[in-house]
Amino acid sequence: MASGNGSVSMMDDYETLISTTDVELLKRAWRNEKAAPEILQYETALIQRIKEQIQLAEQNVEIFESNGIGSLTVSLYQMDLDRSQFLLRSYLRIRLQKIEKYLFHILKTDDQLNRLSRQEQVFARRCTDDLGSHLDETVLSRLPDNYQSVLKQSVTSEEDDMVPAPRLDTFVVCKARQYLSGLDFEPEYSTEIAELESDLLTFACYKFIKKPFEKGMIDLV
Amino acid sequence: MAGQSDCQLSVFSPEEIEFVAEDELVEIVPNLRMDSLNFICGDYGPFYPQIATQVPLWLAVALKKRGKCTIRPPQWMSIENLTQVLEGERDSHAFQPLPFHYVEISRLLFDHARDDIPDIYMVRSLIEDIRDVRFHKVETNLEKFTASSVTCKNMSAMEVNIIRAFAGRALEAFYKHENEQQVPDTDGIQDRQLQIPNDRPKRNLKPR
Repeated sequence: MASGNGSVSMMDDYETLISTTDVELLKRAWRNEKAAPEILQYETALIQRIKEQIQLAEQNVEIFESNGIGSLTVSLYQMDLDRSQFLLRSYLRIRLQKIEKYLFHILKTDDQLNRLSRQEQVFARRCTDDLGSHLDETVLSRLPDNYQSVLKQSVTSEEDDMVPAPRLDTFVVCKARQYLSGLDFEPEYSTEIAELESDLLTFACYKFIKKPFEKGMIDLV
Repeated sequence: MAGQSDCQLSVFSPEEIEFVAEDELVEIVPNLRMDSLNFICGDYGPFYPQIATQVPLWLAVALKKRGKCTIRPPQWMSIENLTQVLEGERDSHAFQPLPFHYVEISRLLFDHARDDIPDIYMVRSLIEDIRDVRFHKVETNLEKFTASSVTCKNMSAMEVNIIRAFAGRALEAFYKHENEQQVPDTDGIQDRQLQIPNDRPKRNLKPR
């Protein structure tokens, strides 16, 4: 494990950018998605590229098999393919789990909804419709008039108090990619977190690091 | 360790951590001639008999299982280095520098490449001792958690994963209780900054 000396120059950034494979990027996205309490921005371009590469690899494996290329080589390519597919499936699956869990919360604001891919949005809408009508039919329609909302406990509730929202005060383990000073964090948390050394594993409250995390300056571990 | 079961959503399973560790590079000496492998995860090879080359651990293990290579154990797995690390672990509260995935890497090599590791019994028992000392340290460190963020210098993937759920929730509870008293609303934050700046250090971190 080489540890950087804190300052990452533009050149280093560029070097790592071109030497990082999409699988490496997907692994990072997968880890972040797994560790973050809320749903993150869907990696549209990355997932598209990965899907294309997986498709290409599938074709290659088929061609190798029909050409009678050594079974060793074919099985190695198959293993590589399996690993990438596992990552992709796991990534998509965690997102679906989160969407199901925080359905109504996600559909409430455009900011949240826009983090979903088009297919995920369709899924979320269908899920809400189904869940909503299911709850209506089984329970809500039989309750007194004031208590029939899916989102509110009763008509007197000022907010949607029956909507589960992700808990942003969960603690996560994170690692900064570069030294972060107080300026990189939200000013309101300046008493809680003032700096973050690069590459140092840290337990921190998700909302403290949310801003630099969304800018890609921090990875969750 | 207590209370790990009920947040599958955000915790990594040991298998998943091993999966990540399998991407670490190791050196192998192949005994066959094979063209370059252009994988999705990168290009490796070409392979020539007796010429050492770097490959990810999963590929090394796959080749090893088929008897196509020997694996060179990484530098840090030498008896000299491990003895030194063990002494360091025992002498100090800090964690000695080891690869982030040392638990998984050594485990995989012991399982699949035992004949490639000189003095395997010695190496194995050293690593087990190091692991025990460190895991013990991880647990005793939990007692000292106080701050709103805690750093764990040189802690490895498995070690972090063991305490993730417990430590996360403990810190959450600390944070909640602390803020219940001090921040009734958003205006309170400013008051607090003005009134008690010296009450608590800016970043109350314990080096470890």
